[in-house]
Amino acid sequence: MLIDHPLLGLRDSSEFIYMGDAKLLNRPNWKSKNSKTKFIDYGYLRKNPAGLHKELWYHEQGDRSWLVVTRNTVTHEILKVELARYLKRKANAK
Amino acid sequence: MKYSGFKVLWEGLKGNTGWKPMWRKPDPKKNYDIIIVGGGGHGLATAYYLAEKFNITSIAVVEKGWLGSGNIGRNTTIIRSNYLLPQNQPFYEFSLKLWENLEQELNYNSMVSQRGVLNIFHSDGQRDAFVRRGNAMLMSGADASLLGVDALKKLVPFLDFQNSRFPIKGGLWQPRGGTVRHDAVAWGYAKEADSRGVDIIENCEAINFLVKNGRCYGVETTKGVIKSKKVGVCVAGSSSQVMGKIGINLPIESHVLQAFVSEGLKPVIPGVITFGAGHFYVSQSNKGGLVFGGDIDGYNSYAQRGNLPVIEDVCEGGVALMPMIGRARLLRTWGGIMDMSMDGSPIIDKTNIKNLYFNGGWCYGGFKATPASGFCYAHLLATGKSHHNAKDFLFNRFEKGRLIDEKGQGNQPNLH
Ligand SMILES: Cc1cc2nc3c(=O)[nH]c(=O)nc-3n(C[C@H](O)[C@H](O)[C@H](O)COP(=O)(O)OP(=O)(O)OC[C@H]3O[C@@H](n4cnc5c(N)ncnc54)[C@H](O)[C@@H]3O)c2cc1C
Repeated sequence: MLIDHPLLGLRDSSEFIYMGDAKLLNRPNWKSKNSKTKFIDYGYLRKNPAGLHKELWYHEQGDRSWLVVTRNTVTHEILKVELARYLKRKANAK
Repeated sequence: MKYSGFKVLWEGLKGNTGWKPMWRKPDPKKNYDIIIVGGGGHGLATAYYLAEKFNITSIAVVEKGWLGSGNIGRNTTIIRSNYLLPQNQPFYEFSLKLWENLEQELNYNSMVSQRGVLNIFHSDGQRDAFVRRGNAMLMSGADASLLGVDALKKLVPFLDFQNSRFPIKGGLWQPRGGTVRHDAVAWGYAKEADSRGVDIIENCEAINFLVKNGRCYGVETTKGVIKSKKVGVCVAGSSSQVMGKIGINLPIESHVLQAFVSEGLKPVIPGVITFGAGHFYVSQSNKGGLVFGGDIDGYNSYAQRGNLPVIEDVCEGGVALMPMIGRARLLRTWGGIMDMSMDGSPIIDKTNIKNLYFNGGWCYGGFKATPASGFCYAHLLATGKSHHNAKDFLFNRFEKGRLIDEKGQGNQPNLH
């Protein structure tokens, strides 16, 4: 698989480390209501879809950025690649 | 249908005209006591033990494809009981004991071949870890011995002992481990379950569950609605898909694992050998092909096929351990979808919907577990209680912090 890195262009997926579901970007607040349940969900439970999946890839053998890759888990087709830090910044600005 | 040496001779004389299909092809009835979703090894074993040990024979096994189309027909066939943790090891030893008597019990030749499993170590630290594991095995009643380099040179002289990066220092040896003809396991369980009255319904996909007031009372399938008192899900790599129908998220990711087989060769590899410095394991099939594999590809996948980086990695591991393998030509590779759990260990448990049960999270090691998984799942379905050998394989271990993490990797499925 080739990952179209927003800054570096097409890179071989074996340069990356895979971290799974991009929901990991949204860590629950420990002070929130039901935070225990939220953390169990965050730490252990996954939707694991057959189809489009937003997931985290870390460019360890490259520029060490975290990417959010939208990929089809049935065909391995990659549809979108974004820098995780931009997404996070955008979300925080809201 | 009963098989025997005499029958083989007799049929040979009659031109093999008397063999019959091993199981019926029934249409689903309206009602059963128990529906098993998923006719892989675990589902069929569950149905057999329910009928044989718990006298429940009103059972349907619904399978979306044909028997053996899932991981039971795709794995690399290794059986062993060389785990470390007390929640795992007695379960796998129980399974190995069931394997040892399986062919007699099912009256079916599934080629249980106890040729031994050898885990090579390459450093002092690794030796210590294997000594500890060997002791855990002995304490559970399994067999284990530590072999030094001299013993290894007699047993497996073709290894690269002097490898300058990963010199071989010895191995942990389990003589009772070995291999089993994988699809014959599905066929054997199917034959004996069927002869006890279990309906095995192929090409019948479960598309939803019938649930009312928090109770499950059947399954909607591509062959219509089937009702039952209990439903047991057992669909390996499809676990999240099937449980997702009723909104249950599992502590599981689906990953692809590849396997490889070479052209047929004369006998060269005595048992199962695993490399300790990379991920590579190999055995030789009865037809002569070298059957080998390594790591999962490492990303969520339902594709049943993998990518080239892992093929390269596995082959590098093979050549580092036994350079001669570089001469063998690769015949086929394929992939299967693994239900990788958050701690690398399985789940055999009730769900929060009454009468709905779940069995899954077997990672890449569920073949060896087939008999014990079927037995313990049957126990849970029949009695409502966990079997003592599977009492820790529960959903709530994640929230309670009682993970069963053999490798100590934490909650990241692709590292187990
Ligand atoms: C390449 C590879 C190598 C492996 N090597 C080993 C090994 O050496 N040793 C070992 O112990 N383990 C090994 N494993 C793991 C082992 O094969 C699995 O853990 C085990 O087979 C899973 O249990 P099963 O047999 O019930 O699964 P499966 O055979 O996959 O059964 C699940 C069944 O459920 C069916 N299904 C799915 N969805 C539905 C639905 N909606 N309705 C009805 N049916 C459905 C599927 O069609 C499938 O037949 C390996 C796996 C792979 C892929």
